[in-house]
Formats: sequence, C-alpha cells, structure tokens
Amino acid sequence: MNLKALSYKLRKDVINIIVSGKGGHIGGDMSVMDALVALYFNIMDVTPENYASGKHDHFVMSKGHSVESLYAVLAEKGFFPLEQVLKEFSRFGTKFIGHPNNKLPGIEMNSGALGHGLPVAVGMALACRMDGSSSRVYTFMGDGELAEGSNWEGAMAAANYKLDNLCALIDRNRLQISGCTEDVMALDDLCAKWQAFGWHVISTKDGNDIAELTAAFEQAKQIKGKPTMIIANTIKGKGSPVMENKAGWHHHVPNDEEYRQIMQDLDAAYEEALKNG
Amino acid sequence: MAKANKQVICDVLMDAAKTDKDVVVLCSDSRGSASAAPFANAFPEQFVEVGIAEQDLVGIAAGMARLGKKTYPMSPACFITARSYEQCKVDVAYSNTNVKLIGISGGVSYGALGMSHHSCQDIAAMSAIPNMRVYIPADAPQTEKLMRALLKDNKPAYIRVGRNAVENVYSEDDCPFEMDKATVISHGSDVTLVAAGEMVKPAVEAAKLLEAQGISTAVIDMYCIKPLDSATLLKESASSRLVVSIEEHSIFGGLGSMVAQVIAQHAPKKVVCLALPDEPAPAGTSKEVFTHYGLTGEGIAKTVRENL
Repeated sequence: MNLKALSYKLRKDVINIIVSGKGGHIGGDMSVMDALVALYFNIMDVTPENYASGKHDHFVMSKGHSVESLYAVLAEKGFFPLEQVLKEFSRFGTKFIGHPNNKLPGIEMNSGALGHGLPVAVGMALACRMDGSSSRVYTFMGDGELAEGSNWEGAMAAANYKLDNLCALIDRNRLQISGCTEDVMALDDLCAKWQAFGWHVISTKDGNDIAELTAAFEQAKQIKGKPTMIIANTIKGKGSPVMENKAGWHHHVPNDEEYRQIMQDLDAAYEEALKNG
Repeated sequence: MAKANKQVICDVLMDAAKTDKDVVVLCSDSRGSASAAPFANAFPEQFVEVGIAEQDLVGIAAGMARLGKKTYPMSPACFITARSYEQCKVDVAYSNTNVKLIGISGGVSYGALGMSHHSCQDIAAMSAIPNMRVYIPADAPQTEKLMRALLKDNKPAYIRVGRNAVENVYSEDDCPFEMDKATVISHGSDVTLVAAGEMVKPAVEAAKLLEAQGISTAVIDMYCIKPLDSATLLKESASSRLVVSIEEHSIFGGLGSMVAQVIAQHAPKKVVCLALPDEPAPAGTSKEVFTHYGLTGEGIAKTVRENL
C-alpha cells in the first residue's frame, strides 16, 4: 500500500475511533493526517522496538486534541492494536483518552492544553544536543493554537539556541472552533512572523501532499544553525466534502448518514490512491 | 550568619553536577536572585537561560527531563507557580517528568515590592496538583538534607525557599531528617505547634516562652507539606488540647487547612491557623510583616494562651 492510500485507510480508522467513543476532534485529525504519515513512515526513526531504549527520534503532539489521528498512526506502527483503541477510546478508566498521555507506548509527553508542545520540544532538543545525540525532535501545532503566548517564548528560545535538530509543523487549516483563524485572531503573515523569530520556514503548497511534506522534513534536516518551521497549508476535514473546510466539524461526531457518506468518500479516495498513487 | 536556603540549593546542585552531567539548572533571568550564578559559571554546559519567560522555563525543563535530565528550574516562587502553573500541572506533574521546581523568595520575601511579587497562594495551588510534592525547608542544614534526598528520586516536586538568610533551627551536626517525615523538635502534652519554613524558628521560640509558663508544647517541623506527615501530627498532638499551625501563606489552602482536615477527621479538637489573612500584605520586611500578623514567637505564644 502506498502512503497516500495508507493516509485514507488511517482516516477511516479515525472516523471509527471517533464514532466508537462518541467524541473527538475530527476536522484537525483529517487535516494533520498526511503530515503524521509522512513523519512516521518516511522520516522519524521510532518503532515499538527502539522506543524503550529512548534512542529514537522524538515527537510531541502540541495540538493534542488531534490524538485520534495519532492513535491511528501509532496503531499502524505497531505500538498497540487498533482494536484496543476502538474498544476503549473515551470509555471509563481508559488510557486512550481524548488527548495524548504518556502512559501509552509511543507517546512521550502529555498534552491537551495548547501552547505546551513547542517549549517541551525545545527542552528535548537541548537535551539531545547535551547528550551528543543525533536524534531529531518534532512537534505539530495547530494554527489557532498560535494565539497562546507560550509558543512565542519557545520560538525565541529555539532560535536563540540555534536548535537545528528541532522541526516544528503548523497544521495551517485556517479554521478553529469559532470560525476562520483570521477572523478570530489574525495570524498572517505566518511565514514572516517565524522568519522574524529566526526560523527557517517552509510553506507547503499542499499540506496534504505526503511527497511535498516528506521533502520539507528532509530539507529541514539539512538546515544548520536554526530550527525549521513547516507551515503545512492543509484542508480541515480533508477526505470528504461532508467535512472539508467546515468549522462546525472541529469536533462534530458524524451521524449515521454522515458516517456512510464519509466512509464512501474515503473508500473512493483510498481506491483511487491505490490505483494512481 | 547562616546561608540563605537558595544559596544552599545552589551549593548542593554544584556538588551533584561535578559527578552527574544530567543535573541541569534553568533560570528565567533569575540566576542572580536565585543565587544560581555560581552554578551557571561553573557548569555552563549544564545551565540553561530562557530569559524572562516562565512558561518556557518549566516547559523546557520538562522536555529535558523527559529525555533523562534532572532539571532544576529556579525562579521567583510568585512566577514559577503562577505564570507557569499550567506547565507545572501538565508538563511536570501530569507528564511525570523529573523536574524539581525551585521557588525562590517565596511568601512575603519580596517585602515592599508588593503583592505581584508575593507568593502566598503557591502552597495551595501546587498541593492541589496530583503527583506534585511540596516542600518548605526551614534552614540551611535542612535544605541541604532535603536537596540531597530529592536528587535521589525522579519524581516532580516543588520546593519553596525564602529570600534572605535565616537563623538556623538545626545545626550542621544535628539536623535530624527523614524524607517525607516531619521533624519533631520537641514533645509536649498541652499544645502542638505545626510550622514550616521560616515559621519553624518562631514556633520554637514560642514553645520556650510557653514552657516557661508551664504549658507543655510540642513543635513539629512539617517541611513536607505534601505528602503531609499525618501520622506524626496525630501522634504528637494526641494529648494536646489545642493545635496551632503557623505558615507564611494565605489562610486558605495551605498548611493550616491540611492540618485542620487531618485533626478534624481523625482526632477532633480545636485548631487555630496562624497565616496571612485574605488581603495584600503590607509593604515591609518579612520581619515587619510577620510581626504585624503575629507570626512571631511572642505572637504565637499569645495565640496559644488565648485559645487554651
């Protein structure tokens, strides 16, 4: 299976996880999926086998509400069975809660409160440098999340310490729970902002294109003396017109009719990707 | 004159850093006020400056700790427990990272700088976070023992110390210390005084005054605010008619609240909480503020006499 097809297979897993647990942040799960697939299947050195040793690349999901997409990816990587996620997600007493927690294998830091991932990732990158480790550190942030001031504290520190082992990504889907990001709290010009903070910035043409994302992560590895920010221009709800670019689908749970249509759309996209890559 | 507790912390960490490259101190433009400059100078590779950014301070400390560092962010107690409260909760306690949060110049240490710089809510706030321990050492010898014990574990903790050098309660040679066990300074059958941090010394002074007047007084140094040593509290106060808590903290949610809960549930008797009232503390030195609120040897003794 090629990675594009895999991304649609995993989107279907996410829909099933959300429907099974009767909750979840579906729109951001769909927009960030391709970046997660590119990172976990093309870029990061992390497996269930090397995870316990601590000697692997590191990832912090700053936009923790997209945890369902992370569960689907980690299950595909073999950290835990998808069936377990489907059975337990959001149920009483589960470890598969609605935000990342490090009681689960494959998840290093708890998140959920926004604006935490970047400073934590800065700390990890500093620790890697102190240890002379070649491991790289990644964190994914939401665009609405950038209104949190702590991100900009982390942005300053990462550039100050010239952390070229750190690569962050913004899931720039331009929607947040109340509507368009530019209406809620304007973020543009995002490229100029991060450049002004001393980062190497890559703005993707299509933040849902796994090849383009992979190339961006590879480019980041070559950048010396500064951290890299990938602004992934994505489509919120990517995969089905039922959800795409609709702020109301930030954390909507599909009803039966919507579920059937979404799965039909994702199946079609999956088949198409299998055929044409 | 004894050393300030924050200086003792720096000394212990410098000693540890000599043989452990994973010991890391972080500051938020606070190396001077935290007495951490000697560490920064001696171990530049194990020191991280984050600038005036306390959220970043704690987040970075947590990220480093996740990858095996033993991190000691040192910043004024008012900022590290309030500005970065969510980082303390999520990145440190909830994520269970080996971060020892050092709150310097706690309570009303900053005197005339006003309520923005006082931290009289930190014990309540930090104690309410699951998986966060809270310690307030009384003097230099106890601070050293506490820090050496904390270096041996890998769990989160918050340690609050004051700004100024304080007179020793214990001596270098005689500082009984057991981790998470209150130190019983004196036994007594009429009243039990429970204090922490800079309030231990006046509690000891009060006990002397009371003993001279024939009131048998127990003094407990509850440096371990959380986990509170309930067993020692109940044992020492078993025959007391009165329990008095003394703390440099808001009357709400600190040592007094915890002591009262334990006594009310297990051995009901009168508890009086000496603390800072629900108002901004007046400008002044710590000593002036303590005197104003009766947090002195004489003030504590008077409270005991009025309530026995």
